[in-house]
Amino acid sequence: MEKFKVLNSSVVPISVEDIDTDQIIPARFLKATSREGFGENLFRDWRFDSDGKEKAGFVLNDDSYSGKILVAGRNFGCGSSREHAAWALYDYGFRAVVSSYFADIFKGNALNNGLLPVQVSEDFLAEIFKAAEKETSIQIKIDLESQKISIPKNGISEEFEINSFKKTCLLNGYDDIDFLLSNKKKIEKFEQQHLEF
Amino acid sequence: MAKTLFEKVWNRHVVDKVEGGLEILYIDRHLIHEVTSPQAFSGIRNRGIDIFRKEKIVATADHNVPTQNQHLPIKDALSRIQVDALKNNCKDFDIELYGLGHPYQGIVHVIGPELGITKPGMTIVCGDSHTSTHGAFGAIAFGIGTSQVEQVMATQCLLIERPKTMRINIDGEIGEGIFAKDIILYIISKLGTAGGTGHFVEYSGTAIWSLSMEARMTICNMSIEMGARGGMIAPDETTFRYIKGRKFAPKGADFDRAKDYWLTLYSDDEAIFDTEHYFRAEDIEPMITYGTNPGMGIKITDQVPEAEQVKNPEGLKKSLAYMGLNPGESLLGKKINHVFIGSCTNSRIEDLRIVADFVKGKKKASHVQAMIVPGSRQVQEQAKKEGIDKILADAGFELRQSGCSACLGMNEDKIPKGEYCVSTSNRNFEGRQGPGARTMLVSPLTAATIAIEGHVVDPRAYLLEEAGV
Ligand code: SF4
Repeated sequence: MEKFKVLNSSVVPISVEDIDTDQIIPARFLKATSREGFGENLFRDWRFDSDGKEKAGFVLNDDSYSGKILVAGRNFGCGSSREHAAWALYDYGFRAVVSSYFADIFKGNALNNGLLPVQVSEDFLAEIFKAAEKETSIQIKIDLESQKISIPKNGISEEFEINSFKKTCLLNGYDDIDFLLSNKKKIEKFEQQHLEF
Repeated sequence: MAKTLFEKVWNRHVVDKVEGGLEILYIDRHLIHEVTSPQAFSGIRNRGIDIFRKEKIVATADHNVPTQNQHLPIKDALSRIQVDALKNNCKDFDIELYGLGHPYQGIVHVIGPELGITKPGMTIVCGDSHTSTHGAFGAIAFGIGTSQVEQVMATQCLLIERPKTMRINIDGEIGEGIFAKDIILYIISKLGTAGGTGHFVEYSGTAIWSLSMEARMTICNMSIEMGARGGMIAPDETTFRYIKGRKFAPKGADFDRAKDYWLTLYSDDEAIFDTEHYFRAEDIEPMITYGTNPGMGIKITDQVPEAEQVKNPEGLKKSLAYMGLNPGESLLGKKINHVFIGSCTNSRIEDLRIVADFVKGKKKASHVQAMIVPGSRQVQEQAKKEGIDKILADAGFELRQSGCSACLGMNEDKIPKGEYCVSTSNRNFEGRQGPGARTMLVSPLTAATIAIEGHVVDPRAYLLEEAGV
């Protein structure tokens, strides 16, 4: 996993609530057996019409917006557990998603893939949307070490929560499996007393 | 100290507590399928390790499989590659596979319970959000991402934060023509798609306890649609009766010993939940969704809400534009071209019986395409044994072979763009049943009624008519 320390980037804003993982990557594009290449079909049906032509008006087709930070409405990533959603966002080039609320499974999947979910208050989210509307290339800074997200130009910032273990993993680029594997002895010992009915 | 059902089961599976409030949770059963496992198998290979506890994994092919001519090679090349990859991975790592053509094949959440793999007090995971289905037995069951599938393959454990607890109480008597699907759609319409985020839900109350196992599974299945990690119901005699005699259920004295333990699995009287909700069964009526998430549901006799009535008017506008509906409109009488009865929510034998009982001697409306996809090969065979296949064929329904099918449209079972599909599945997201498809979620009885009438109707009106009232 790639390390995550500080990210300075412009944003791609999608001011829609309850974006489910079927929108992020529709089921018919889940047929690959590797983790790469899903970015091509990120937000497929919002981005392209049925003939594969770009839909005007969708932000990923708007050249004035780009960057490594996706900003989205409340309850991002609900629905299907498909980790392909996190892979598609990462593969497309995103390294952080900012929202006022994340669905549980998506949040876990993102963290396991070096994509940082940053949960902010409704007010702060509204500030980012407003700033991005006014100036499409507005820069946002996300500092994982100090757990701070800011809009330097406007001088506003907010702290965000992250599990301390997950934070250490991201800062160092470790994953959970390395950690669990190092606990194998404990797991085997547990199994000896664990009855299954 | 008084404990909730969830805490009793969870605590028995904690191997260790780690910094940051994470816990190492031991997993008793790991179910896998073709879509979310290939990258986990490659992960295991790349690390040069073996699968830790192969005997605790069960695999099936369900998401991608065709529902016609399953004996022939899969036509879609990518689907075939994925199903073959599962076959090869299971062979290489020596994992039990109920693949295409196997008599136990089926939707992963249908076969677990019907084979007696799912048991009270277990921890069960699968790379699929509807793993919550298995919670109907008093198990802790939840969906995980592919990285976690790899974790469980590598160590039989997950590194995970303990969710909060929620209890949803439903007391009272459920009315005629109203099913588990209506109950859960009602709850989600009240709590919203994020109402359960961070929580593990226990369903409780007299209305819940009166339900069959199939109906309980329908309820727990859709817990994820309100954002909850999972749902569970304390096991009781209904549960034990269902499990007894199934293929992998404990036998003889083992069963009795297991039952003694299962009987301890309930929430203590003084147990405290982080959140509690109360509903009355009498308030629940047949439900239908009008929007593009499962929280956008109404009583079938109600009108689509107006912008002022909802929290997110922008979202409503976007959804209704997609659905081709107007605020304030009644859905009754809306012409429907497609009816899909299936998915891990409503494809068990009980669901097929409800449909068959109703459509017996009737004919579907001529413009309707009615597809019914059993959840497993065993359900399919049972339906044949009971003559359900004939009843459905006579009514003009197409009975397919088992799989996920039009629940997510990964195989060729898709709903055409712009058309309405009344569906017993669990998700009405944009494009879920095919690009541009417009899904309305309902119970199997409501779906069957609509297939016969050709437009949206209240199934109770029909029941009254049949009874000559
Ligand atoms: S039937 Fe639908 S919801 Fe259930 S496992 Fe299959 S795709 Fe998922």
